[in-house]
Amino acid sequence: MKVEVKHRKNKLGIMGWIGGGRFGAERYAYALHRLTGLGILAYFLLHIFVTGSRIGGHQSWESAMANFETPVFKFGEFLVFLAFAYHALNGLRLIITELGFMLGKAQRPVFPYVTSVHRQRPLFIGVMIVAAIIIIFGGADFYFI
Amino acid sequence: MRESSLWFWHIIAGAVIFVFLGLHMFIMHLESILGFLGLGYGGDVTSAQSVFMRSQQGFFMVTYIILLGAALYHGLYGFRNILFELSLSRTWEKIINWFFALGGLALFVYGTYVAVFIFLNPAAV
Repeated sequence: MKVEVKHRKNKLGIMGWIGGGRFGAERYAYALHRLTGLGILAYFLLHIFVTGSRIGGHQSWESAMANFETPVFKFGEFLVFLAFAYHALNGLRLIITELGFMLGKAQRPVFPYVTSVHRQRPLFIGVMIVAAIIIIFGGADFYFI
Repeated sequence: MRESSLWFWHIIAGAVIFVFLGLHMFIMHLESILGFLGLGYGGDVTSAQSVFMRSQQGFFMVTYIILLGAALYHGLYGFRNILFELSLSRTWEKIINWFFALGGLALFVYGTYVAVFIFLNPAAV
């Protein structure tokens, strides 16, 4: 039997990503996950066409790449790298928790309450440290090595 | 397709991207560090010679196509979810579904054609 689900109207809209309650760090991680996802998607759609220029041969590829050899594009590419590192590691955390791992066993809600958000926080901190390390190495590769 | 199935494939696509885009990023943006460890290609990874050398290897051709499909699905489905949260009318939801499905399919066909053409016709490029 198909059940028609009626949703409540989303009054906050995009502003709900950053405000609308007493949010913890994970809520801002969620907002940043979406923001970085949209940035990566925009870059990826452009990337499909830029890499598609390979079909015109070596000269076509080199002339396409010449358009992007400016400091502004290089910085933009580095921002995409930052977004990738964050989105990938935070996404890994989301997959792990979606599958029910790192949340602990269900228990009675006895004071002091420990929610599943609290239980996964070490994982959140861990993946952010790994993302920071990748960003530092990537930054060194982009600008210093 | 049911929403739960679409969400399931969104997660699977995310895991696939984690592996293949991670590999892509390491090759493209951590090549100096890989070079230090003796694992790099050497030279400029975006030079035509290096790019076409990779494009004409079966492993890269296949992984490009897998990554293209997974990334298009994951990205467009994620964007669709963000739009759907804004309480759109049913008509707009249908328009977005069709636009993203057909647009994603067209981009997948284009990207796959480029990858396969370069792999099969090394002399032509």
